[in-house]
Amino acid sequence: MSTFLGMPATPPRSPYGTGNLRGDRKFPKAAHDELRNEQLRRNLGKATRTIRTKRLGVTGELPDWEQLRDAGSAIKTDTMNRLPELLEQLEQKVTEHGGTVHWARDGAEANEIVARLVRATGSSDVIKVKSMATQEIGLNEHLESIGITPYETDLAELIVQLADDKPSHILVPAIHRNRDEIRQIFLDEIPGVDPDLDNVPAHLAAAARAYLREKFMTTKVAVSGANFGIAETGTLSVVESEGNGRMCLTLPDTLITVMGIEKVLPRYQDLEVFLQLLPRSSTGERMNPYTSMWTGVTPGDGPQDFHLVLLDNGRTAALADTIGREALNCIRCSACLNVCPVYERTGGHAYGSTYPGPIGAVLTPQLAGMDAAEDDPNSSLPYASSLCGACFDACPVKIDIPSMLVELRHQHTEQSGTTAEKLAMKAAAGVMKRPKLFAAAQKAAALGRIAGGRDGTISHLPAPLSGWSDSRDTPAPPKQTFRSWLASAEGAATMSAAAEEGARHTADDHEEDR
Amino acid sequence: MRIGLFATCLGDTLFPEAVKSTAVLLARLGHDVVFPPDQTCCGQMHVNTGYQREPVPLVRRFAEQFGDASIDAVVMPSGSCAGSVRHQHEIIAERYGDAALRAGVSTVKAKTYELSEFLVDVLGVSRVGAYFPHRVTYHPTCHSLRMLRVGDKPLKLLRAVEGIDLVELPEADSCCGFGGTFALKNAETSTAMLQDKMRNIAATDAAVCTAGDSSCLMHIGGGLSRIRSGTRTLHLAQILGSTRTAPYALTEAAR
Repeated sequence: MSTFLGMPATPPRSPYGTGNLRGDRKFPKAAHDELRNEQLRRNLGKATRTIRTKRLGVTGELPDWEQLRDAGSAIKTDTMNRLPELLEQLEQKVTEHGGTVHWARDGAEANEIVARLVRATGSSDVIKVKSMATQEIGLNEHLESIGITPYETDLAELIVQLADDKPSHILVPAIHRNRDEIRQIFLDEIPGVDPDLDNVPAHLAAAARAYLREKFMTTKVAVSGANFGIAETGTLSVVESEGNGRMCLTLPDTLITVMGIEKVLPRYQDLEVFLQLLPRSSTGERMNPYTSMWTGVTPGDGPQDFHLVLLDNGRTAALADTIGREALNCIRCSACLNVCPVYERTGGHAYGSTYPGPIGAVLTPQLAGMDAAEDDPNSSLPYASSLCGACFDACPVKIDIPSMLVELRHQHTEQSGTTAEKLAMKAAAGVMKRPKLFAAAQKAAALGRIAGGRDGTISHLPAPLSGWSDSRDTPAPPKQTFRSWLASAEGAATMSAAAEEGARHTADDHEEDR
Repeated sequence: MRIGLFATCLGDTLFPEAVKSTAVLLARLGHDVVFPPDQTCCGQMHVNTGYQREPVPLVRRFAEQFGDASIDAVVMPSGSCAGSVRHQHEIIAERYGDAALRAGVSTVKAKTYELSEFLVDVLGVSRVGAYFPHRVTYHPTCHSLRMLRVGDKPLKLLRAVEGIDLVELPEADSCCGFGGTFALKNAETSTAMLQDKMRNIAATDAAVCTAGDSSCLMHIGGGLSRIRSGTRTLHLAQILGSTRTAPYALTEAAR
């Protein structure tokens, strides 16, 4: 890439204070509170286990699942490598078909564009299709602040919105709620709901349906996100389970779609790969019940005024990072959340971002930055993983999340100044690169036997090791290291006896071969 | 075969019995076991915690100690250290090393194995003459399972142990919560994961929970010890190293 004067040195990040890409507490502190919520733990454990099992069932039945993953990964990589040209093509095609394209550098700009477009319609209400991009930029909060009421129409998003709560999962935003809680939320928040409403799922759904039907029939403006935008044709697409999205996409006069720029795909045919990968990975279904596609406007059918807002909000910053670029391949299926042992225990709120779980721990710092020096909560996210690798195995587009977490940790330690941890790591490496010093340190460690007491275990350790010893005993170091045993008379005798036995076995084997 | 034994820093210092069993087992199978004396640590803890400059000398030392062409294979009783050598040393060498280090790393990488994959894949044996008449459950550690893809190789070895009563661990492939410094930085989440793992271990009623990584076993064993569980942890190498003539006695003190 050539450089010219006036070119910004760094692409824009998502701005501080706008949207939902930064929590107010570091992960361990937020997790501390979430871990105490037994109801949350049980709801999450049950839900993630169910989706995990379903997903394994429907991915296992496809003989070409691995090839599909490879194809998805290849298409996404190709897309990121030529994102500018594909976006321009998308803009051209949408415009040709009667839509209007808007470019938003960040969440604040996107919010202003949407607000201006809604105002121009004269409507004070909008109905919304479930959308991660608008969650990311805090569009609902912005619209409310200027007197426009957004109504979420996805059942789970509606529950979250009515409870004045935040989503905690990419696909199942109310995963942290059970049906008793949902019943209470409906009784408290839906005007005119039957006071005898019970917790039977069908009855709860009926109550929500009655409430939403009226919104669908009376609201003239809808806001959606997009799962895919096809550069070749200018087609936008939303996949969903309930059909509420389709109501929003077809009934109103005006449709405003906010799409992250990474959601573009080169060709219409690419959908054949992603419409297999996405539903199987996310809901564990062979196909989602509703797939809507629209290309610009069609006279006399559907919304007659269509706007596409293309959102950057840190995406070109991620694109400029050799490793961060891969995070943009994410298709928001949430398979990594459902297999993540950390997510399963803490839930999504602990991550402080619209994007929780393993991919969130990578994507959030990429989009919004992680200022290690400023003690940014986002800088704790790359460490919110045991690096078990289950996310990598589950990802339908093969994003190597564990390696990216390790890389982000490296970026974090490079950014931060001298810390106690850094000094300890340097000291440890200093000892380990000198074998004599290492052996001396092992001898010193053996003195730790004193701390072990009679049963040979250590139950209390000083900070920063106290977090370990709060729940685990530690064996006192043994009298002899392996290397000193090997050098001892006993070690030599044991090894030579084993070698003799080995020689006998080898001879016997030769005997048998004969 | 001439086998270079890598004890791992944790194994050498805190869990020498697992390394002894590995050495004895390989010798018993008729191989020449050598211990390059200046070996120390693979540097995994540094890399996983976010430090890539600091372990450069460790990566260099590993390549020097095991690069010798007379060593046919490098074997270690740890899936995560083998994973580090295979997947992380190149990253370090690429970023902060020189051409010599890059060459050394790729030579050593190609002949590095975790114990169970060495036995099953390279030596082609699953019956190693072990005798262990106890109820055992096996926890597949994450790095063995997903970085090295050892699959059911450790189970093949365990099934061939004479006298063993091998029971399946429920939700076996879920992480125990160790994750190196994760256990310190996110101690409470790590503990929540550990408790679920311990509950599953208890459900097997096994006398021993075994695995291929001393680090995960240190974590699980530490938790079991804290709750005064009747189950202990033992490295896979120690079960494979237990024979009729020299059986591992469960009653003997841990050290």
